[in-house]
Amino acid sequence: MAVNKDYAGRTFPPGEPYEVSRVKIVEFADAIGDPSPLYRDREAARAAGHPDVIAPPTFAIVISMASARRVTTDPGLGLNYAMVVHGEQRFEYTRPIGAGDVLTATSTITDIKQAGSNTLLSSRTDIATVSGEHVCSAYSTLVERG
Amino acid sequence: MKLTYADVTAGTEIPPVSYPVSRLSLIKYAGASGDFNVIHWNERIARSVGLPDVIAHGMFTMAQAGRFVTDWAGDFGTVLEFGVRFTAPVVVPDDDHGATIEVSGAVEEKLDDNRVVLTVTATSAGTKVLGRARAVVRLP
Repeated sequence: MAVNKDYAGRTFPPGEPYEVSRVKIVEFADAIGDPSPLYRDREAARAAGHPDVIAPPTFAIVISMASARRVTTDPGLGLNYAMVVHGEQRFEYTRPIGAGDVLTATSTITDIKQAGSNTLLSSRTDIATVSGEHVCSAYSTLVERG
Repeated sequence: MKLTYADVTAGTEIPPVSYPVSRLSLIKYAGASGDFNVIHWNERIARSVGLPDVIAHGMFTMAQAGRFVTDWAGDFGTVLEFGVRFTAPVVVPDDDHGATIEVSGAVEEKLDDNRVVLTVTATSAGTKVLGRARAVVRLP
């Protein structure tokens, strides 16, 4: 068991803000195979009540993972990433992420525990605009297979 | 079609949808998401760490379940919560077919404030790949 349990409870302050671009949203929507115009066409998004194109719900992982990566790759944590699989993921949204959003992400390791030979690392990442509006909270459990 | 809260009845099944996943899907997803974990593109390393083959990113599978939810909810539905457990990997062979993720669901209950709870099921090659998959959606 190499994962350092002392990291439980640690909060990692936000890194550089993430600016959501329409190009990135389209790239993500294409990658998941979702042709919805809400992710591509500003007029379609406006007609549905959004200021600009929105991102698919799971796009939040791009921002939460970029933040959590600073945690999971911290050498002091000792996580062996090739042995890591995703255990659980949950999002709570205040509103959809949209093009033009400038977002910050704050990650906290909420729990590190042993389950048999596996180590479970749970984290929470709060995503907000730079002006402090909450957009999404992402709850993640990674499993380091033992 | 604009789905409204009034249209929805608890217990209604949502017709299943099949979503394909190939090695190319995983490479595109790696680039788009920034998740370059080698087990999603390198068969040699995937096998060396005890996996049967390259496996899909859990988040790729969750994204397919997400499409299922947002397609059902329509352009005027808003996802408020979405959560899954990854119960088994989606194994993606290096052949001309790849794998398929079969997603189905049901309206579990209607809540106040125009909120609807959906339960979602996803399988691949007959194995359940998502557990406790649940979304809360607000409909007009």
